[in-house]
Amino acid sequence: MQYSSQAVAKPYFIAAIGLFVGQILFGLILGLQYVLGDFLFPEIPFNVARMVHTNLLIVWLLFGFMGAAYYLVPEESERELESPGLAIAMFWIFLVAGALTILGYLLVPYAGLAQLTGNDLLPTMGREFLEQPTITKLGIVVVALSFLYNIGMTVLKGRKTVVSLVLLIGLTGLAVFFLFSFYNPDNLVLDKFFWWWVVHLWVEGVWELILGSILAFVLIKTTGVDREVIEKWLYIIIAMTLITGIIGTGHHYYWIGTPEYWQWWGSVFSAMEPIPFFMMTVFAFNMVNKRRREHPNKAAVLWALGTATMAFLGAGVWGFLHTLAPVNYYTHGSQITAAHGHMAFYGAYVMIVLTMISYAMPMLRGRTAANSNKSQVLEMWSFWLMTIAIVFITLFLTAAGILQVFLQRMGENPLPFMVVQEKVALFYWLREIAGLVFLIGLLTYVASFFVGNDEPEAKTAG
Amino acid sequence: MSQAFTKAMARNIFYGGTVFFLLLFLALSFDTVSALPKRDNRANLTEAVAQGKKLWENNNCIGCHTLLGEGAYFAPELGNAFKRLGGKDGVMAFIKSRPAGGIPGRRSMPQFNFTDAQLNALAEFLKYSSEINSANWPPNVQG
Repeated sequence: MQYSSQAVAKPYFIAAIGLFVGQILFGLILGLQYVLGDFLFPEIPFNVARMVHTNLLIVWLLFGFMGAAYYLVPEESERELESPGLAIAMFWIFLVAGALTILGYLLVPYAGLAQLTGNDLLPTMGREFLEQPTITKLGIVVVALSFLYNIGMTVLKGRKTVVSLVLLIGLTGLAVFFLFSFYNPDNLVLDKFFWWWVVHLWVEGVWELILGSILAFVLIKTTGVDREVIEKWLYIIIAMTLITGIIGTGHHYYWIGTPEYWQWWGSVFSAMEPIPFFMMTVFAFNMVNKRRREHPNKAAVLWALGTATMAFLGAGVWGFLHTLAPVNYYTHGSQITAAHGHMAFYGAYVMIVLTMISYAMPMLRGRTAANSNKSQVLEMWSFWLMTIAIVFITLFLTAAGILQVFLQRMGENPLPFMVVQEKVALFYWLREIAGLVFLIGLLTYVASFFVGNDEPEAKTAG
Repeated sequence: MSQAFTKAMARNIFYGGTVFFLLLFLALSFDTVSALPKRDNRANLTEAVAQGKKLWENNNCIGCHTLLGEGAYFAPELGNAFKRLGGKDGVMAFIKSRPAGGIPGRRSMPQFNFTDAQLNALAEFLKYSSEINSANWPPNVQG
């Protein structure tokens, strides 16, 4: 670790991993509720468990992004963080606000939580992924602005690199587009139209800049390839991301009351959204192949290659499967959507955060470059367990989705939703088993932090 | 990448492309918002509909259902539930009759203990939603 203020990243990473475990436990509850409909009913109904599952994901990814920025920016800027104290204060505020919100979901009926937090004053609750009470949303804005100030000042006063600049653009976009979560008109179509300005422009827009910049940073560090080459790739990847992804928002505007021309704009541009992900895959493998050094942290390189591959499969290929309007007419809001969501979030965002944690955590814990061989072997086991598990979760949900679309939406005698759900239950059981494998992988991952700590650091072979 | 393609060129494509397509997106969005009055059924957006939407949000209905295909995939689509359940009475009767303890072994909607006025508002909201011009989606009455 070159700068002592990089240490503030550590609590962010630990919190991220802890919340990740919570997210997966609730995912298993949801998977079981799909096949045993009355499981935990009415104590934890599906909607509550789902809200916990998705909100924990968003919060822990944000913890991961912030931790990554706090680690990466001082090193890129070649100076200490503007205010490490502010970073630690914001950590506790965000953690307590997040924990209170999750406890609110679990302990109070949602309508009661809305009343308790004065949702009527500025109603923003009850929309997918934006279920947080308005007061929590305001807290998120405060944390995001303090964070941007801290990172922004460090970048502006220090060495300006493409990596830190792209990260800063991504993080600024994240904060700006979140403001649309406060716009909630009575008009359902307008509500939905601008809801996507948060959700789509985050995950298929500015978050990809954050992803690209973290990936570029880790590749510079682990491969020793010339920064100029990597930065050129980064620019062209994020250029393609925004060129395709901004108008690509249109693939959400086919069936929500917006004009039909979006079926053309959305189909054409979102069909090109896999291009930047494919470039990212080519980029990562190329850089590792052209490496000028053998980095002893093999696990981090594996995560980096993994994220480039899985982001392309999950976000790129599985996104393309149902993005064309004539296909989406039948698949919209089905298990196909769920399949895509799982692999895309894992491949792009879960894995990039784990890449950064894998790279940075050894230094944050006092190693010079890497964990012991024993610890890395366990971490790589967890990589394969979780990644293979998510592939199977995705395949099973895709199978369920294809059957669902066929039985419920095509043919002469379409069947009712619940009848179809029972017919595809086998695939939900298989998905749950894959989910258990994912949990085993995650526990293996956590265990990798506790084994081999008294053994010497892994050395490069040759 | 070849040496002829420089970092400065890549940077210019990024900034130029982003600004161009952001402006195009804003123009399309502006056009959409101007075209919406003819499509989004706002003429029927009454007090009751607004109250119904608030109930829909305050009870996190989207945590199980989809509405115009967006939401969770655990329970049926509601954009056309008004038609599927046979109008207002059907919608109100269904919500009202959910058993508080659930149904053994099966998925069940919770019992929310809505008043008649609240049930009416929810039904009005679903009626309004079903009349939005959604380009003929969903494909059939099953949603």
